[in-house]
Amino acid sequence: MNRKIRVLIAKPGLDGHDRGAKVIARALRDAGMEVIYTGLRQTPEMIANAALQEDVDAVGLSILSGAHMTLVPRVLELLNANGQGEVCVFVGGIIPEEDARALEILGVKAVYGPGTPTTQVITELTQLVETA
Amino acid sequence: MNIAESVLQGDRLALARLLTGLENDQPQGRDALDALFPHTGKAHIIGVTGPSGSGKSSLVNRLALHLAETGGEQPAPRVAVLAVDPSSPFSGGALLGDRVRMRDLMERPEIFIRSMASRGALGGLARAAGELVLALEAAGFDIILVETVGAGQSEVDIARLAHTTLVVEAPGLGDDIQAAKAGILEIADILVVNKADKNGAESAAHTLAAMLEIGAELKPASALLENTWKAPVCLTSALNREGIAALSETIAAHRAWLRESGVWEQRAQARLEDLFNRLLRERLLAEWQRSQPQANLTDALQALHKRESSPYNLIERLFS
Repeated sequence: MNRKIRVLIAKPGLDGHDRGAKVIARALRDAGMEVIYTGLRQTPEMIANAALQEDVDAVGLSILSGAHMTLVPRVLELLNANGQGEVCVFVGGIIPEEDARALEILGVKAVYGPGTPTTQVITELTQLVETA
Repeated sequence: MNIAESVLQGDRLALARLLTGLENDQPQGRDALDALFPHTGKAHIIGVTGPSGSGKSSLVNRLALHLAETGGEQPAPRVAVLAVDPSSPFSGGALLGDRVRMRDLMERPEIFIRSMASRGALGGLARAAGELVLALEAAGFDIILVETVGAGQSEVDIARLAHTTLVVEAPGLGDDIQAAKAGILEIADILVVNKADKNGAESAAHTLAAMLEIGAELKPASALLENTWKAPVCLTSALNREGIAALSETIAAHRAWLRESGVWEQRAQARLEDLFNRLLRERLLAEWQRSQPQANLTDALQALHKRESSPYNLIERLFS
């Protein structure tokens, strides 16, 4: 069986800084994953719908707008409502420490700030998906 | 409820998981498709191919939206998109980016989009693309748009999968001799010159139309039935939403012609035979490899590496 890890990389909200999302998308591809890249300004509804149609193992959300405490819980809520509560959600961007803890309590599996080595993301994500 | 029943009842998560199972060649996927097979064969499969950057995804975005809205008297057709992008030959991973250009469709959750990595297949599609299309048909989609990887001159598998193949070109990509040698033009049921907002679109359309004309004149008499359809050239601008309605009328005309001429049925049969032959080949190879003592194969490969035996000679020996 040749199962590949499928990951959706999305940028919810209104900020247009997508370099981080692109770096992660490329790094995960180079690590052998199939990465579905959706581009900018996605609503939580669009993200959850794409995650469902693509049957992904993980969803990576890149947010630099500061709206993470609104956007991320909504994505988690929709994934749960769609029967995809087991999907591993991780967040990248400028996320204050206390917000990161709060998001983790809500169900986010990992929060990555600027400067995180891509190798760390790859290793942790692979572990999270394989143990899910 | 089992997977097949859930898919038939419109459960989109069950469908998405079935598609994954088929891509990964899992037994549950095969069992479900086996049960769903009687529900296949009704959808209009439209292939969209052409070079990288000719605007295939943007065109699919506009076209799918238009098709999903033009039900006329009948209920609007249900539209699905299967978008194939290349896998990396080194890591085996893939960056599937067709959704970036399909923003309008992503606001319409009833339009089902699935991205698929080519996983080493070289014909412009992926190995299991045919199985995924069958599953989408069984799930009740009336129109399935299949977008290939960026295709150049010989990635022509889509013509065997689709009822109607659109070849999308853009101005400024090459002269008429390049057009004449490229097999990809021969598979066009409809040729689309996209990016009509750019300079040179009209002249590209004329050049390509002239080449199609020469091709049609030279077609052998045995292709008589197929010959009664002359591939038209449509100018579109996905960016400015121009020419989309005319293209969708041309697609409807091709569909009507397929039905009338009997080519619809011919293509459907050829598609099923292709799938059957491929599955048979894979099964035969796997069974044969399993039946061979491992030492036989290892010895044979060593003889090959040392150039003691040619590949022809080895195969003769293995079958004697």
